[in-house]
Amino acid sequence: MIQIIRPGVLIDFVSKFKIAISISLILILAGIANLVMQGGPKLGIEFKGGTSIQLKFNKPINVVNLRNAIIVSKTFKNSKIQSFGGTNQQFIIYTKKSTSSTTKNIESDLRRVLTQKFGSSYKIMKVDMVGPKIGKEFRDKGIEAIVIALFAILIYISIRFQYRFAVGAIAALFHDVLITVGFLSIFGYQFTLDVVAAILTIVGYSVNDTIVIYDRIREKVRNNRKLSRTEAINTGVSETLSRTILTAGTTLFVVLALFLFGGHALKGMSFALLVGIISGTYSSIFIASPILLAFKGELIPEKKEEESADRFKQKVEFDMKNLRGN
Amino acid sequence: MRNSTLIKLVIIVVVLAVFGAYTLPTFIGKQNVKQLPGYMPRNTINLGLDLKGGMYLVLEVETNKAVFAVLSRVASNLKKQMLNTKIAYDKVYVNQNNVITISLVDKNDKDRALDLIANNLPNYQVISDGLPIKIKMKDNIYEKVKRQAVEQAINVIRNRVNQFGVAEPTIVKSGENHIVVELPGIKDANRAVRLIGKTARLELHLVDSSVNIDDALNGKLPPDDEILYEIQRDPTTGEVSKIPFVVKKDIVLTGDMITNASVRFGGTLNQPYVAFELNSEGSRIFANFTASHIGKRLAIVLDNTIYSAPVIQSRIGGGRGQITGGFTLQQAHDLAIVLRSGSLPAPVKVLQKVTIGPSLGKISIEKGTKAMIFGSLAVILFMIFYYRLSGVLADFAMGANVLIILGALAMFNATLTLPGLAGIALSIGMAVDANVLIYERIREELMIGRSVYDAVETGYARAFVTIFDANITTLIVALILYQFGSGPVKGFAVTMAIGLLANMFTAVTFTKTIFEIVLDKFKPKKISI
Repeated sequence: MIQIIRPGVLIDFVSKFKIAISISLILILAGIANLVMQGGPKLGIEFKGGTSIQLKFNKPINVVNLRNAIIVSKTFKNSKIQSFGGTNQQFIIYTKKSTSSTTKNIESDLRRVLTQKFGSSYKIMKVDMVGPKIGKEFRDKGIEAIVIALFAILIYISIRFQYRFAVGAIAALFHDVLITVGFLSIFGYQFTLDVVAAILTIVGYSVNDTIVIYDRIREKVRNNRKLSRTEAINTGVSETLSRTILTAGTTLFVVLALFLFGGHALKGMSFALLVGIISGTYSSIFIASPILLAFKGELIPEKKEEESADRFKQKVEFDMKNLRGN
Repeated sequence: MRNSTLIKLVIIVVVLAVFGAYTLPTFIGKQNVKQLPGYMPRNTINLGLDLKGGMYLVLEVETNKAVFAVLSRVASNLKKQMLNTKIAYDKVYVNQNNVITISLVDKNDKDRALDLIANNLPNYQVISDGLPIKIKMKDNIYEKVKRQAVEQAINVIRNRVNQFGVAEPTIVKSGENHIVVELPGIKDANRAVRLIGKTARLELHLVDSSVNIDDALNGKLPPDDEILYEIQRDPTTGEVSKIPFVVKKDIVLTGDMITNASVRFGGTLNQPYVAFELNSEGSRIFANFTASHIGKRLAIVLDNTIYSAPVIQSRIGGGRGQITGGFTLQQAHDLAIVLRSGSLPAPVKVLQKVTIGPSLGKISIEKGTKAMIFGSLAVILFMIFYYRLSGVLADFAMGANVLIILGALAMFNATLTLPGLAGIALSIGMAVDANVLIYERIREELMIGRSVYDAVETGYARAFVTIFDANITTLIVALILYQFGSGPVKGFAVTMAIGLLANMFTAVTFTKTIFEIVLDKFKPKKISI
């Protein structure tokens, strides 16, 4: 049997809380600082309106030449160029301009200046034009989705856990979202629709790991009331450590593959998932569990335990038994 | 074998067979699908525009202008009726707030005017019966006009797209006044947008030759006239010139009366032009009008631009006319389509336009699939390495999961997008997650000395709660994403949601049943986990 964590190993996670929270805070603050310096998140054109045009040249092109070629056109005077794919053949050009006319189109302006300079050595692969009105709609919808998702998860957590556990899970959740948003910003990724979808997925995913560990901590307390709070947390986290690492690991494999091989279109999304899943695993071990100690008193008051959150678990187990026909 | 196990086994076989049957048509090619026996499903998985290329267009119907057009018509009818009933009016006009203002010359006509409005315009309410009289559309009528404008626009656009020849277009209403158009595989997207978005309001106006054009441009324009421009393009230099014309505001004829339009060739250069035919009412009006206006010029106006202003040589019977204007063949072809399919009730604006080249779609499929294969291979090998035989079992469960996702996509006619591929990848990861949870628990139970049978039973029962939790939270998010997301993101939500539900099935039922069968049959003392 191969095991990453030998059974019976007990790691003192609680004592590492100060270091862990410092690292987390530094990362989060770095992300926030970066966001502030940039004047807010770098929104994709679907949120702010504008046009992005993806180009592919059949030979490498100097970005400076490309810029010089396109600024001739009024439409692309203040545009941004992003190179991707690493061969200087593929570029995305962003401009704030868009048109609501059905007879005009932005890309013909680009085509005119490009053909002048590069002849027919390029191809327009994709044009994405979003008017300011739809941009605002997407922005509103995006914010609505995030708020509703957070609320739904918060409600779920508060039904599922007692108060202090709920607070811990929520702290971990915000930790993961903030870390992911910060990393996206620091590494220069745009906040596009699918990146927002990835962040929401992390909101859902982040809770899982925390739930696994919390379940075990509760089990420890219930089985041995004499266990100190620190001991209960440390054993709970240690015992589930291999599960925590493995489950995150398998999901990480596929997300990493998406990031490495999925092409430019999936880069932002898979990066967000990558950071979010790593952060989610880290936070449920180092943040969510030790934070339980911030509250005074026993982890699970003896009486309450039976009736509140475990009702759910018992009910499911009971249903399962019925299903099995026992 | 226990009865419960047998039932579960039957369920598993049926589920896999059904979803397998739905997955099949997508992968065997169109020719082979035709040869499938009748009881087999033929649905294939729809690929989103980001995977197959094409155009995604969100249009806004300017419904206010449709309302304005109705009001203008009502106002001009009202004028005629007041003339007929000898009510002298100073002016009748429609303002920006959709109010028709009627100012009378003689105060004493007020009651008669109000009677006229009450009798002839049941859909309007008087908001000021003082002088001037102000009326507006009733709210429900106002909403109805706007709604109908959008519905009519959808019909016209559908007509045009069909005549343009696009396979499997989607044209649907979205929100209050938005229309979403999806044209998969379209080559010349901008031509399609021009075709779809052309208001194509054809009007014939009489040119008012009594007015000097320079005077008119300097503001000396009779109230019944307006200035319109003819746009001429020099065929050799490509230079564009605008020629002003003074025309009567009254419309002789509109494009609504056109029954057919087609491309013809003629003239000295054998250039393409568009010939149209009118219905019987239109033919009659046209014939009478041309008969009484011989020697005058008739302007053919399309969307407020004059295409030509020929001199009427003689009475034109038979209801045939033509529009010339130095068209290219393609322009003439597209103009014929828009005239045949009717005009849009109001202009449309482009709110969003995404065009994806077919080659990009191909690259995305290749890269997405490659990433998925590498990711799953890593997971498959890892599971076998770490859990041995049980790992192989988990890998099969994962395969079943993918089969169910693909089959469900075909079954529900859902669309697979690029983020959707990411969703599948994510569910592959999570499918294995579930089995990791179960196996780790079984290992722990074995370690504390439980028998193999007990360990497996407790392992599954205990892990289920966690799996349920994990899937519920992500499922909540998937549902919210589906509700709020646009096309590609919806695809992500769909594959993830199906993947999670499939996960509950495969992780809990599939591997469990295999374990039950093996344990019952061989009663092993040890298992490979």
